[in-house]
Amino acid sequence: MLKVENASGGYGDNTVVNGVSFEVQKQEILGILGPNGSGKTTLMKMISGLIPLSEGFISFKEKSLKSYSAKQLAKEIAVLPQLHSHAFDYTVRETVSMGRYPHQKGMFAPWTEKDEAAVTAAMKQTGVLVYENQSIQELSGGERQRVFLAQALAQEPKLLLLDEPTNHLDLSYQKQLLDLLKEWTRTHELTVVSIFHDLNAASLYCDRLLLLHEGQMVSLAAPGDVLKKETVERVYRASVHTQAHPELPKPQVTILPDYRQQEQKGITKELFQITSDHILLTAPQPLKTLSSAVIGAGLGWYRYFINRHVPMDYECEDSYRDMSDYAERYGWNVADSVGMMTAVKVEDVVIKELYDGELSAVIAVTAGVGNAVDVSLAHERNKEAAIGTINIWIFVNGKLSDEAFIQAIMTGTEAKVKALQHAEIKDPDTNTLATGTSTDSLLVAAVQSGSEVQYAGPITPLGKLIGKGVFDCTTEAIKIYLERKKKY
Amino acid sequence: MLKLSTRTFSASKVWLGYSLSLILLAVSFTLAITLGSVQVPFKEMLHIFWGTLFGTNGEMDGMLRTIVIDIRFPRVVLAALVGASLAIAGASFQGLLKNPLADPYTLGVSSGASVGAVTTIFFGLTIPGLGSFTLPVISILAALITLIIVLTFARFVERSMKMETIILTGIIFSSFLGSILSLMIALTGEELRQIINWLLGSVSMRGWDYIKLIAPFFIIGALLLMWNARELNAMAFGEERAQHLGVNVQLRKYVVLASGSLLTGAAVAVSGTIGFVGLVVPHMVRMAWGADHRHVLPLSILNGASLLIVCDLVARTIISPTELPIGVITALIGAPVFGLILIKKRQESRG
Repeated sequence: MLKVENASGGYGDNTVVNGVSFEVQKQEILGILGPNGSGKTTLMKMISGLIPLSEGFISFKEKSLKSYSAKQLAKEIAVLPQLHSHAFDYTVRETVSMGRYPHQKGMFAPWTEKDEAAVTAAMKQTGVLVYENQSIQELSGGERQRVFLAQALAQEPKLLLLDEPTNHLDLSYQKQLLDLLKEWTRTHELTVVSIFHDLNAASLYCDRLLLLHEGQMVSLAAPGDVLKKETVERVYRASVHTQAHPELPKPQVTILPDYRQQEQKGITKELFQITSDHILLTAPQPLKTLSSAVIGAGLGWYRYFINRHVPMDYECEDSYRDMSDYAERYGWNVADSVGMMTAVKVEDVVIKELYDGELSAVIAVTAGVGNAVDVSLAHERNKEAAIGTINIWIFVNGKLSDEAFIQAIMTGTEAKVKALQHAEIKDPDTNTLATGTSTDSLLVAAVQSGSEVQYAGPITPLGKLIGKGVFDCTTEAIKIYLERKKKY
Repeated sequence: MLKLSTRTFSASKVWLGYSLSLILLAVSFTLAITLGSVQVPFKEMLHIFWGTLFGTNGEMDGMLRTIVIDIRFPRVVLAALVGASLAIAGASFQGLLKNPLADPYTLGVSSGASVGAVTTIFFGLTIPGLGSFTLPVISILAALITLIIVLTFARFVERSMKMETIILTGIIFSSFLGSILSLMIALTGEELRQIINWLLGSVSMRGWDYIKLIAPFFIIGALLLMWNARELNAMAFGEERAQHLGVNVQLRKYVVLASGSLLTGAAVAVSGTIGFVGLVVPHMVRMAWGADHRHVLPLSILNGASLLIVCDLVARTIISPTELPIGVITALIGAPVFGLILIKKRQESRG
C-alpha cells in the first residue's frame, strides 16, 4: 500500500533520514521506534508530504506521493500530530468537522448526511461526543488528543499516520485508543503507521516494528525480532531486560535502573515467629519467590511468608479468598504475602540453617503424612484429597538465576521423596512407598544479593545445602508427626 | 435528541449574530446621519433619502439635504467600508497566523501602506493608465511588501513564529516606517498638520471619489477571503495540520495575505492609519458567536462597519466643533482590548 524506497531527507542541507526503505501492507500496523533525534518525526513528515525527499521515492497505492494533490492525499492519508497549541475557541464538533474538508467540493460545499455521519461516528468512537459543544481550549490534553484523533478518523483515511498517539493519555485511554486502531484495521481496512516511544505498547499492538537509529534503519521485523535485549541496549544506550508478556507471545522491555538495592539482610532462623495458629516469617526486604502456595503463588517479590494452621475438617469453597482475608486480618499486605495452609500442628515445624561459605540457606518444613500418596500409582485412586500436607520453605541468602529457582524446586522435591522413603511412609491405598502427600507445597525464596547461584542441581553448592536440609527437616518433621499421632 | 437541539441552538446563535449585527449597523447608520452640529430628525432623514432616491425634491430643506446627502452619507459609507475592510483583514490575518493579536496595525502593514500613500501624494506619482487609482494600488503594494518582510523577519527570528514574536516584529517595523514618514514630512515642511491628521486617520471630507477608490478593492478582497473561510479554519490549527487536512497551504496562504494587504492598502489610502479595528472587531465576534471563519468573516464586515461609523460619529461630535482624528478613538478602545487579549492568552498558555 505504502512503499518507501531508499528515502533520504531532512531540513535544508541537514539530512536527518538516510536511505530508509520499507513497505506497509494493507491493514497492517507498523510501529516506528527509535531514540530521540533518530529521525522518526522527519520520516513521518516525509510520508505525509510535508518535507520533500532529497533522495529516493515514496509511493502510495502504486502512485508517486508527489502526484497527489493535498486534497486527494488527505482523503487517503490522515495524520494525528503531536499535541500543539491553537489560538481560537473552536468547539469539539467544529474541530472534528474540519476532517471532512477533503471530501467537500467547491467553495460553498453543502454539508451532506455522509459528512454528518462520519463526524458523529468518529466522535462516538473516540468518546468525545459528550463534549461536542465545548471549546477545545477547555479540554485536558488527553481529551484534546482524542478530538484530533476524531478529526483524523472523520477524514475516513485508508492510511493513518500517528506521532506518539498515546502521549498525554492515561493508561485506560492508551489501551482504548490502541484497541480502537487495531479494530479499525480489521473493520475499516485501515492501515496504520505510528511512532511510539513506549516500546511495550508498540510490541503489543504492532504487526511489525521499524527501528531507527541516527536516521538509518536498524531493523524491520516482527516485535520479537526487533526488541532484543542487545539491539535495544545498543540503540537506546540503556540497560534493559526483556521478557515475554504474561498473556501474549510479545516481548516486553523493562529498564534496569542504575541504583542498586541496599545491602540485603540475610534470612535467619530468628526471623520465624511461631504461634499455634501460624508460622510467620517477615523478611527484612522483599524476596524473589517461586512457590505453589495458596496466595502469592508463582514468581514474584514477597515479604510475608505464612504457613497457617487449619482444622482437619477445613473445607472452603474459595481458599484463596479465605487466605487473603486471613492475611489482611493480621495486617499483612496480601500483595506482599505468600500463604500456605496445613492441618499439621505448626508448632511442630522443623527449621534448620545450613552454610557453605558465603552461601547459606534456611529450611523450614511442616509435615503430615496421613494423606501419603505414591505418585506412580495415583491414577488408580479415586479418593477425594484430604488435608495432610508437607509444606517446605527454602530461603536462600544468595542471588539465584531463573534456572536455579527451578532446580532448587526439583532438588527440594527429590530430597522430600527420599525422606519419605527413608521413613518408610506408605500410601495406605496401594501399600507401596509414598512419594509425597496429595497437597504438598514448596517455596524457594532468595534475597537476590550476595553470592551468585547459577545452578541448584543436587551436586552444586546450593543443591547440596537444599538436599541435606530438606531431607533432615522432613525426616525429623515426620518423626514428630508420627510420635504426636501415637500419643492420641 | 440532545444533539439535534444543540445543533439548532448553535444555528440559531449564528442567526442571532447576523440579526443583531444588521440591527447594530442600521442603528449606527441612523445615528451618524442624524447627529452632529446640525440635528437631522429621523423622519426628515428618511424623507431626504426617499426624495433623493426617487427624485421628488419638492418640499425638502435644501441645507439639510446637502448635509445628509453630500456630507454625512458619503462619510458614513466611507467609514463603513474602511471599518469593514480593516475588520475582515484583521480576522483573516489572525486565522492565518493563528495569532489573535494580529491585525493590519499591529503587524505594521498599515504603516507600510501609509509610506506608500504618503510617497504617492508627496511626489505626485501617477502610474500611467491607473489615474487616481495610483494611490490605492501603491498603498496596497507597499502593504503587501511590508507584510512579507515582517513575516520573513519574524520567521527568521524564531521558526515557530510565536504570537509575541510576530507582534514585536510588527512594532519594530511600525516604528521604523513611522520614522520614515516623519522624515518625509519634515523634509517637505509644509501642510504638517493636515498630514498628521491624515496619519491618525480620518474619513472626513473625502466624498464619493474616495468611496469609488476603496469599493472595488473591498469587494474583491472580501470575496477572496470568504472563499478561503474553511481553509482559514484549518490553518488556525497550524499550517502543517491544514496541509494534512488537504488544504493547498502555499496557494491559500498567499491568497489570504494578498487579500488582507489589498483591503488594508485600500483602506489606508482613503483614510490614513486607523488602528485596532481589525483587532477589536474579530475578537468580539469570536467571543459572542464562535470561531468558525465562515461566520467570523461576514460578521466582522458588519460589525467593523458599525464600529467605525460610531467611532467617526464620536470623533466629530465629542469636542465639536473640533474634529478628532478617528484613529484616536479606535486606539482608545483598541489598546485596552489588545492588553486584555494578551493577558487572556498568557493565562491560557500558563494554565
